[in-house]
Amino acid sequence: MAIIEVKNLTRKFGDLTAVDDISFTVEEGEIFGFLGPNGAGKTTVINVLCTLLKPTSGEAWLNGYHVVRDQAKVRRSIGLVFQEPSLDDQLTAEENLNFHAILYDVPAGARAKRMEEVLKMVELYDRRKDFIKTFSGGMKRRLEIARGLMHYPRVLFLDEPTLGLDPQTRNLIWEYILQLREREGITIFLTTQYMGEAEYADRIAIIDYGKIVILDTPDNLRGLVGGDIITVKTMDDRLAAQEISQRFGFQVNEGENDLHFEVQRGEEFIPRFVEQLPVEILSISLRRPTLDDVFLKFTGRRIRDEELSAKDQWKERMKSRHRGRGHGRGHP
Amino acid sequence: MHNLRAIYIIWYREVLRWWRNRSRIIGSFGMPILFLFIFGSGLSPAMGGLTQGMAPEGAGIDFVKFIFPGIIGMNVLMGSMMSGISIVWDREFGFLKEILVAPINRTAVALGKTLGGSTTGVIQGLLLLIFAPLIGVSITVGMVVKLVPLLFLISFSMTSLGVLIGARMKSTEGFQMIMQFILMPMIFVSGALFPMRNLPAWMNFLVKVNPVTYAIDPLRKIIFEAQGLPAFVLEMLPQAGLGVTLFGHAVTLGEDIAIIALFGAVMIAVAVWMFNIQD
Repeated sequence: MAIIEVKNLTRKFGDLTAVDDISFTVEEGEIFGFLGPNGAGKTTVINVLCTLLKPTSGEAWLNGYHVVRDQAKVRRSIGLVFQEPSLDDQLTAEENLNFHAILYDVPAGARAKRMEEVLKMVELYDRRKDFIKTFSGGMKRRLEIARGLMHYPRVLFLDEPTLGLDPQTRNLIWEYILQLREREGITIFLTTQYMGEAEYADRIAIIDYGKIVILDTPDNLRGLVGGDIITVKTMDDRLAAQEISQRFGFQVNEGENDLHFEVQRGEEFIPRFVEQLPVEILSISLRRPTLDDVFLKFTGRRIRDEELSAKDQWKERMKSRHRGRGHGRGHP
Repeated sequence: MHNLRAIYIIWYREVLRWWRNRSRIIGSFGMPILFLFIFGSGLSPAMGGLTQGMAPEGAGIDFVKFIFPGIIGMNVLMGSMMSGISIVWDREFGFLKEILVAPINRTAVALGKTLGGSTTGVIQGLLLLIFAPLIGVSITVGMVVKLVPLLFLISFSMTSLGVLIGARMKSTEGFQMIMQFILMPMIFVSGALFPMRNLPAWMNFLVKVNPVTYAIDPLRKIIFEAQGLPAFVLEMLPQAGLGVTLFGHAVTLGEDIAIIALFGAVMIAVAVWMFNIQD
């Protein structure tokens, strides 16, 4: 049975349709990813599934419970790690977890044991008595993951779990997440705008302008791009582009100062290509397709991995100014 | 049971945060000290004895003693309303989300928050009693026993008002505006800082419809009663503008409490209702 089932879900904010008639299912035990740029509607879907927002139309079930009619049961079934930090800075790690345990009705006898268990898993047991304001961004994230697991949820939602963290911390957090799936068999629903992160998912839905553009495994999605991607820089890109499409019959995408096109078995094609192209080649490279190419193919645009929008950067700055320290590029 | 435990832990967090923030507790003394010792001492000679002609020389009520209960009320009001509004901080720093997605009643959330603010409000009010000896106000056990539940009721009402305002507020930018346009006017037209005698009609009207008036009045009654004044002087206080009169009738302690309790009940009901609205 599907653990999450979404049927024709639509959510509007005034005139803006943030989520537009989306349907999908998530199977128990899988890592399911939503990949898309800022404002694509990823967080809105999560907010509906975790009962923070009501759908404008359509329906959704989680763990067999309806997200509007059985809110309390849905809430008991889920753990959440929000995009924005949601710990109390003025409490200790232990106090934050205890607060959560009581809100989620974890039996008094089990609280201490579970707290130890989750804290050890994210390697923060030694820091349990420390105030959150002394934690780095990565530590906060890990603690939030630990907190989300305190009540043994069936589904763990991770909304941009590594946004704003350095690559090393990002890898570490993913180690925990993968361990978790291995050990607990928990279902993980994640949203991300990082291609690398989406690769960890069993299945990915690419979402853009509130619609699911395509949904499949990362391998199958990459397969859809067709072949390898060749990028060339030449003395005369315009002429080269003409030659490539006429002589070899490929569709060429013009980049800012390079050209790229798809080719089957690129490594065999390159020698022939270099020999036959009448324009002088400055550089040439070949790479396997990534999810970024998939996104490009289906939406006509790219999501740039490390690029935050101007608004996001501003938000980050304001937050770190408010908080004084901590949030941002912290190290574990 | 689960929801009761949830109320408890939300209450506990409020009290813990208050206790950990010592600088804010000390800071909360600043305003009362200014009012009592600078504003009060400065105006006192000009005002003269407020019970002149009623009480024997030296045993009466001067301006500083008069505003003392008002200052206690003011401190409780500010503290509790701000802790109600602190829900906006929780929203801004993300913690409110953690509370809102938990499998608990929204009513429990509002109640836990309100009870937390009420508890710290009572303590902040009682702490001001340490200034009493400095201005010649005597403290009795009976007075403190009566003050505690009254301060709790006042604090509960005002925290509810704070939660009500904070429930739909999206950012902390509006804080200053609320201070200037709601909290300060409520305190100023409550009779906390001046006798309610010979007031202009429009102001008299505002004082009488302001719920805070009925929060300050019982504080004054309880504290004055403990000062060993003759009974006939206590009875004459409303005439001198040191107590509230409504349509020529001197409002009693019981009536004050009934009014403030009614106000509190309406506030908490609306606050809970606002909190239960879902997008």
